[in-house]
Amino acid sequence: MSNHVIPVKTYVAVFVALMVLLVVTVAVRYVHLGAFNVAAALAIAFIKTFLVVLYFMHVRYSHRLIWIFVGVGFYWLTILLALTMSDFISRVWPPFGGG
Amino acid sequence: MDESHAIVAHQFDDAGQQRESALLGMWVFLATEIMFFGGLFAGYTAYRFQYAEGFAAASHHLDMLLGAINTAVLLTSSLTMALAVHSAQVGKKPAHIVGWLILTMLFGCAFLGIKVIEYHDKFVHHLVPGASFAWEGALARQAQMFYYLYFAMTGLHAIHMLAGVAVVLVIAIQAARGRYTPQYHNPLEITGLYWHFVDIVWIFLFPLLYLIA
Repeated sequence: MSNHVIPVKTYVAVFVALMVLLVVTVAVRYVHLGAFNVAAALAIAFIKTFLVVLYFMHVRYSHRLIWIFVGVGFYWLTILLALTMSDFISRVWPPFGGG
Repeated sequence: MDESHAIVAHQFDDAGQQRESALLGMWVFLATEIMFFGGLFAGYTAYRFQYAEGFAAASHHLDMLLGAINTAVLLTSSLTMALAVHSAQVGKKPAHIVGWLILTMLFGCAFLGIKVIEYHDKFVHHLVPGASFAWEGALARQAQMFYYLYFAMTGLHAIHMLAGVAVVLVIAIQAARGRYTPQYHNPLEITGLYWHFVDIVWIFLFPLLYLIA
């Protein structure tokens, strides 16, 4: 498997994009979007994660087997969150406690 | 690949297979780390769903500016870490690799220093969960749960940062001894993977804890 070398200017470009996204995520905090505030914050966090994983962690140029292992890690996390929240959202729970 | 300069352990066919094994092993570890933090993120999600108002009120007592600065510090440390690995890949002198690693450690320590300032502020204002937790206004129980999760999540993350700085120090010493070449720098490369993973955890912690509208 090749030891692909990512040029320095790519790293710098990714870094600049990450910093811009940091400013965007803070700015979105002050826009009233209701429930979409959380969605926007998470969407930006996932874009930042993709950039770090693909370029800083070299996954874009890694073996396909690594792609599977990276994907599986996030897939298990999705199962954990989806099954937990399906329970909380779909059932009527007694309140966790007073104010 | 010129294997005469590589250190190939006897169980591997060649340096390429050794490198793939090291990277794959690190990603297996990182998958377990995703689940390790995942439990806390699941707990956070369930409580934020139930305690939306209290979490928003409690979040406003965090210093968003310090949180944003720390995010920038960590992103910068990821860049310097990526450049340390890059220096080894292209065969730069050991001083180059060590320089980037020292910068990475300095940014890591700056992050932890700012975290200490924030934690100290929470102690001063009685926002640490427990007997001395004091909350003016409604939803004290919900706010306290937010701070339980805040300290558990940022605390676990800070422990990972401490471990990261320690490992980078060891790697920097090895790099100074000229151990890492374009043919062999697996320990440096997988340390980079760990460092970037810890950065990604913070990428999620910052909006979830500091930026609740």
